[in-house]
Amino acid sequence: MSARIAIVDHGAGNLVSIEGALRRVGADVVVATDAAALAGADGVVMPGVGTAGPAMERLGRHGLVQPLRAWLAADRPYLGICLGLQLLFDASDEDGAATLGAISGRTVGLEGAPTVPHIGWNQVELARPHPLFSGIADGVDQYFVHSFAGAPTDPSVVLAHTTHGRRFVSAVARGRVLGVQSHPEMSGADGLRLLANFVALVDSGWTPDRSPVTGPSPVVGRHRAASRAGSVS
Amino acid sequence: MLRTRVIPCLDVAGGRVVKGTRFVDLTDAGDPPELAERYAREGADELVFLDIAAAAEERATLLDIVERTARRAFIPLTVGGGVRTDHEMRDVLRAGADKVSLNTAAVADPSLIARCARRFGRQAVVVAIDARRRNPEPDERDAAPAWEVVVRGGRDITGQEAVAWAERAVELGAGELLVTSMDRDGTGDGFDIELLRAISRRVAVPVIASGGAAGPDDFVAAVRDGGADAVLAASIFHRRIHPIAEVKAAMAAAGLSVRLVPEAAA
Repeated sequence: MSARIAIVDHGAGNLVSIEGALRRVGADVVVATDAAALAGADGVVMPGVGTAGPAMERLGRHGLVQPLRAWLAADRPYLGICLGLQLLFDASDEDGAATLGAISGRTVGLEGAPTVPHIGWNQVELARPHPLFSGIADGVDQYFVHSFAGAPTDPSVVLAHTTHGRRFVSAVARGRVLGVQSHPEMSGADGLRLLANFVALVDSGWTPDRSPVTGPSPVVGRHRAASRAGSVS
Repeated sequence: MLRTRVIPCLDVAGGRVVKGTRFVDLTDAGDPPELAERYAREGADELVFLDIAAAAEERATLLDIVERTARRAFIPLTVGGGVRTDHEMRDVLRAGADKVSLNTAAVADPSLIARCARRFGRQAVVVAIDARRRNPEPDERDAAPAWEVVVRGGRDITGQEAVAWAERAVELGAGELLVTSMDRDGTGDGFDIELLRAISRRVAVPVIASGGAAGPDDFVAAVRDGGADAVLAASIFHRRIHPIAEVKAAMAAAGLSVRLVPEAAA
């Protein structure tokens, strides 16, 4: 595998786990703090915890908002994790911030949840098959840590739901633009498999419209580990 | 449905996992990243590193083991012990921790909780509360139990009421509470169920039970009777008295929702 994945750094803490996990599944990883780092990438991973406003502000300061919007408009491979999924929508109720607007809808609070934040392992129930979940059982346990979730207006982008009090959207897909509310980098072997699936999709130059269901078989290996210390600012 | 989490706690000092009765009789129990990976494989839902030395000169060593762990154990990692400022919290998160637990410094300056929550999100801020029963005498058995907050690993009594402090910590931005009974810690007498219940019924954030676990039944009671969302233990896992899979099997048999890891049984 040689897919080059740019992890976008928007200043939200831990990048080590996602970087380590992507390297573990064979990706060539670069931490992107500016537009130049995106230019050479085949896929983008937008990690994240934290709130939308400060993340958008930091992306703006580093000249990343327009390049990311262009990336998404061109339907280039993107995997949003947690906040990285929420940023795909038009705006966030968390702090009113306008977000990337790639998928219509808003990020809304978890209503009717017995505990907030929703922290821990919960099941991801697939709404339809997708190569991102190739080799992963429907109802798989993934680790969540969030107080908000995306509410897309178009039901066809919904890939999965999870229930915490009420049901919320826990994965979306629109072409090559994907997002998961859980943290695959903290979700053990099944989380690594999901990341391996994404890397394999990027690597294969996947065309969602032609082969929406069958994905390449995931490969988990130790490729190119421990180079590049990670230019975390 | 949200699973009840089982969390091994690793006490670290000088870059090694140590065991003993919290601060005395420390013996070397291994390399933190290696043990972390083993626990992840055996079904741990999350890990806690507690820097029991919390010495400023050993910060670099701690950050190094956090980073080595985050690169190979792909489950959430909380780090606690000696974090005094939001800058220090940033360093620990940058090294690869997913959450930081605040204890003594938050009691001394509660605004630290708000600063850290604003900067990193409340989900990253765990407030650890070490509580001790105020009136353990038998003649006061009928009085409502009360607990006070102790800090510096149990050495200082603050006089602050533990349930009130729990509510205040959540108001300020704690995303989770790690509640340790100092009366039970290391005793194997089971979790302090009344303490857990008193706190869990008053806050909406997850409560992690700690202190006193001896066997699988204690974990069940902490959740079913104490209202805990997660259970933490150290020595019973380190000494392999009860493997994680056994604890989880007992919890599942009692009707609790736990994440069963197939490879852990092998």
